[in-house]
Amino acid sequence: MTTIDLLSTTGILLAMLPELLLTGASLVALIATAYRHSTPADSRFVGLISLAGVAIAAAGLVALWGMGATPLGANHMITLDGFRFAGLALILLATAGTILISLGYLEREGITAPEYYPLVLFAAIGMMFLAGAADLIVLFVGLEVMSIAVYVLTAFNRRSIFSSEAGLKYFLIGAFASAFLLYGIALLYGASGSTDLATIGMQLRGAPLSFMAAAGLALFLVGMAFKIAAVPFHMWAPDAYDGAPTPVTAFMATGVKAAAFLALTRVLFESFGQHTTAWVDAIGLLAVLSMVVGNLVALAQRSLKRMLAYSSVAHAGYLLAALWTGPRDGGAPILLYLTAYVFTTIATFGILGLVGRDGEREVTLDSLAGLGKRQPWVAVALSVCMLSLLGFPGTLGFIGKWAILAAIIDQHQALLAVVVVLTSLVSAGYYLPVIMATWMKPEPVMTVPAMAPPPRTALLAIAVATIIILALGVWPSPILEAAIRGAQSVSGSATSLVGVAFP
Amino acid sequence: MTAFLDSIGYGQWILHALVFLPLLGIVPIVLAPEAAARRIALAVTTGLFVLSLGLWWAVDTDPGTLQLMSSTPWIAAWGIHYAVGVDGISLFMVLLTTLLMPLCVLGSWTQVAKQQRAYYALLLALTTGVVGVFLAMDLFVFYVFWEVMLIPMYFLIGIWGGGNRHYAAFKFFLYTMAGSLLMLVAIIYTAYMVKVQTGIWSFGYEHVLQHAAVLVPAGGLLFLAFALAFAIKVPIFPFHTWLPDAHVEAPTAGSVLLAGVLLKMGTYGFLRFANPFFPMTAMSAEVSRVIVVLAVIGIIYGALVAMVQPDIKKLVAYSSVSHLGFVMLGLWAGTVQGVQGALMVMIGHGFSTGALFFLIGMLYERRHTREIAAYGGIARVMPLFSVAFVIVALASVGLPGLNGFIGEFLVLVGSFARYPWATAIATTGVIFAAAYLLWALQRMIFEKLDKPENEALTDLNLREILVLLPLLLGIIWMGVYPKPVLAKMEPAARRYVEMMQVPVPAPGDASFRTAAGGAR
Repeated sequence: MTTIDLLSTTGILLAMLPELLLTGASLVALIATAYRHSTPADSRFVGLISLAGVAIAAAGLVALWGMGATPLGANHMITLDGFRFAGLALILLATAGTILISLGYLEREGITAPEYYPLVLFAAIGMMFLAGAADLIVLFVGLEVMSIAVYVLTAFNRRSIFSSEAGLKYFLIGAFASAFLLYGIALLYGASGSTDLATIGMQLRGAPLSFMAAAGLALFLVGMAFKIAAVPFHMWAPDAYDGAPTPVTAFMATGVKAAAFLALTRVLFESFGQHTTAWVDAIGLLAVLSMVVGNLVALAQRSLKRMLAYSSVAHAGYLLAALWTGPRDGGAPILLYLTAYVFTTIATFGILGLVGRDGEREVTLDSLAGLGKRQPWVAVALSVCMLSLLGFPGTLGFIGKWAILAAIIDQHQALLAVVVVLTSLVSAGYYLPVIMATWMKPEPVMTVPAMAPPPRTALLAIAVATIIILALGVWPSPILEAAIRGAQSVSGSATSLVGVAFP
Repeated sequence: MTAFLDSIGYGQWILHALVFLPLLGIVPIVLAPEAAARRIALAVTTGLFVLSLGLWWAVDTDPGTLQLMSSTPWIAAWGIHYAVGVDGISLFMVLLTTLLMPLCVLGSWTQVAKQQRAYYALLLALTTGVVGVFLAMDLFVFYVFWEVMLIPMYFLIGIWGGGNRHYAAFKFFLYTMAGSLLMLVAIIYTAYMVKVQTGIWSFGYEHVLQHAAVLVPAGGLLFLAFALAFAIKVPIFPFHTWLPDAHVEAPTAGSVLLAGVLLKMGTYGFLRFANPFFPMTAMSAEVSRVIVVLAVIGIIYGALVAMVQPDIKKLVAYSSVSHLGFVMLGLWAGTVQGVQGALMVMIGHGFSTGALFFLIGMLYERRHTREIAAYGGIARVMPLFSVAFVIVALASVGLPGLNGFIGEFLVLVGSFARYPWATAIATTGVIFAAAYLLWALQRMIFEKLDKPENEALTDLNLREILVLLPLLLGIIWMGVYPKPVLAKMEPAARRYVEMMQVPVPAPGDASFRTAAGGAR
C-alpha cells in the first residue's frame, strides 16, 4: 500500500502514469507518421510502435496497481483505486486487440494512412481519463478526447461512402449527446457547488434531491445513454458500427462502451449512491428496452456486422441490468461482464475482418458456409465467441451472465432476471445460425477467390482471446477475485450500503 | 469384489474418472489419423463401461442416501463446489449411459463415413455431459453439464443427421435452452433463499435439500421454472414437438442416446431436484392433477400418433412420448412401487428403444429408406434381424417376461390407489402400444416378400449382433429376474417417497405406512 498525495504535482503525475506513458507513446507514433507515410510497411511500423506504447502503458499500470496506490485523503481529479485500475486494464486490452486486428486488415482494405494508429491511442487516452475521472470536468475532457478520435476513425475509409456517412452521423449525434452531458454537469455543479464526484455525493447527502440536481442527473444519464447506445438512444449505433472499418467497430463496441460504462457506474455510485431511488428505475427501464429491442432487431438482420451492432445494444442492456442492482456489489458484476464482453467482441470482429471484404458490410450467414472446412480453427474460435456472447456455460460470457443474474436476484428481484434470460434466449436465434452456417452449410460451389493467408497478428489476437474465454470460463476464480477486489473501492460514499459478500 | 475395489481405492476416483475420462479420450482421437478414431472411441467407451461396473458393488444403496460424495471448491467466491455423488437412482442411469456408449460407437462403425474424428470426439464429449448430469450434486455443476451436453448433440444432429437436420438441431437446442434458462434463474433464486436463511451462498444439493423448508413461500414459481426445463426434456405433452424432429433426423447413435439417456435427464431432474426441493408444490392437488392428466394424454396421444406414422423411426419416436408418460405417472404415484416402476420404465425404455433405433439404423443402412411400406416379409431374408426386432418390439409393448412389463406393471399398480381413473386410461396405452408395434411388425417383417429390392437384403453381421446382444440379454434378464435391480433402487425410491410426504395419503396402500412421518 502506497499513499499518493493527489494535490502535489509529483503525486498527480504519478497517479496518471499509464495515461502519461500512453500519451508519450502516441506522440512518438505521431512523429513517426510524419517521417514514414507512404507504404503499407510504414503503416505497419507505426502500428507496432503503438502496440509497444500500449505495452509500456500497461507496465505503468501494473506498477501503479502493484504498489497498491491509494490517495492521501480523498480522490482528486483522478481516482486511485482498484476499480479504475481494472477499468484501465480492460481499455488497454481492447486497444491492444484493436491494433492487432487492424494490422493486416488496413492493408487488405487499402487504408494504409499510418495516422490511424495515433488516433487509436488518442482515443484510448480519452477512455482512460473517462474511466478514471474523479471529477466531472476530467470526465468530460476524457469523453471528448475519446469521441473526437473515434469520429475520425469511423470515417477513416475515405473511399467508402458508408464510412463517411457513419462518421458524420456519429459525429452529429455525439455532439448532441455531449451537449446534454455538459448541460447535466452544469446543473449538477449548480446544485452542489462542485464538480468533484465525492463532494457532490457529500453535498447531496441527507436530503431529497433538489429539482436542479435531479434535472442534472437526468441530462447526464441521457448523454451517457447515447454513448453506450442504450435504447432509445441507440439509433446512431447500427449505422456507425456498420459503416466504420471493422477494427474500429470492435474498438467502439469494446473500448468506448467499457469506458462510458465505467464512468457512468462511478458517477452513479459515488455521487448518487445515497439516492439510488432517483436513478434505478430509469436504468432498469433503459436495460429492459435495450435487451428487448436490441435482441429482437438483431434477429431480423441479414448482415452479420449489423447483427453484431444490435447485439452490442443488447449487451449494453445486460450491463445496465447489472448497474440497476446499485452500489452494493460495487460494480463487480459490471467489471466481470465487461471483461467477458471485451474479449469476446474483439475476437468476433477480428474473425469478421478475416472472412470479409470491403468493410464486411456484405458478409451474411451464407458467406460463412464452409468456413469449418476452409479454416477449422477460425471456425472453432467463432463458435466459442458466439457461445460466449450467448452466455453459454464453459465460456467467460456465462460467468459474466451468472454474475449479473446473481446480483439481480440478490436484490430480491426475479422479474428482471427473467427478462435477462428470456432475451438471451432470443439471442440464441441469431448466434446459433452463425455456428450452423460455419459448420453445417455446404461450401458454396463458386469458391471465393483464393484468399490471402490471414494476417498473423489478427490470428494471434483471436487465439489469445478465445483461449482466455475458455480458460476463464472453466476456471473463473482469478478474474472473479480481481473483480471483487476492484469493486470494493467504489461502493460509494454511501457507506451503509457497502456490501462485502458478493454472490 | 468389494474388498478388491476397496484395495484400489475405487470409491475415491471412480466418479471423477467417469466424468473426465471421456473428455481425455478426445485428445488421442484428435491426434490420431482419421481411420483410428472409431477404434479409440470404442476402447475408451468400453473401458469406461468396465470401470463403471464396479459401481454395482461399490455403491452402498441400502441407506438410500448419496454415496461416494466428493466435493472440491471450484468457484470459491460464489460458494460453488465441484460436487458429485451417486445413489440407487443415478447408479442405474450412469450404468445405462456407459453401456449404451460403446454400443453406439460400434453401431456407428460403418454408418458414419464423413468427419469421423469430429463425430467420435463429440460422442465422447456427450458422454461427459450426460454422466455429469447424473452425478452432479451441486446445482451450478448440474446446470453446466445440463447445458454443455447440448452442444455435442446439436452438432451430431446438425452434421450427421438426415435431410431436415438443420431445422431439427436448431429446434432441439432452442427448446432445451428455453427451459433451462428459466431453470438458471430458479437455481440462483433457490440458493438465494437458502442464503437468506443460512447466511452463506451454496449451491450444494444436500445443503439446499436440508433447508428446503425455506423455499416454500416461493415454491410455486420456482417449481414451475424447474418443471418447465425438465418437462421439455422428458418431454411431457405438449412440450414434445421437438422430439419427433430430433429423433428422426439424428444419426442412429444420436437417436439411441436421445431416447436412451437424454430423455431420462428430464425425469431424473424431477426425481432428484424439482420434487424433493418443492414437495408441497409438486404433490399439491393442482400440480398433481395437471401432471397426471398431461402424462395420461402423453401416453394415449403418443401411442395414437405412433400408430399412423408411415416412417418407422417416427413411430418409435412417438412411442417414447407414450413411455415417458408412464414414468411421469409413476413419479407422482407417491408409492415406492410407482417410483420403482418409473425407474424400471426409464431403464427398460433405454434398452428397448435404444435397440429399436439400432435395428432401424441397420435396416436403413441397407435399404436407405425408413418407410414401413417399403418393407414386407423381410423375415425370409433377415431371420436374425427379425428375431431381434420381434423380441425388442415385444419388450417395448410390455410382454410379461421381458423388461417393459415390469416397469409399466409397477407404475400401474403403484398409481392405481391414488389415481384410479387415470391409471385405467393409461392402461389402454399398453394396448395401443401393442397395436402400433405389432402392426408395424406385421407390415415389415411378416407377410409376403413382395418387393424385389428387399430380396437381396443381407442378415446381421457379427458386429451388429454384438451391438444387439447386450441389449437383448438385458431385456430378458430384467424381465425374468429384476429383483437385484429393484432391490438396489428400493431404498432410494423409498427415501424419495418419504421426502414427498404426500399430503393426502391414499387409503389402503401398504407403502404409506412406511412412508408416514417422513424424515425431512
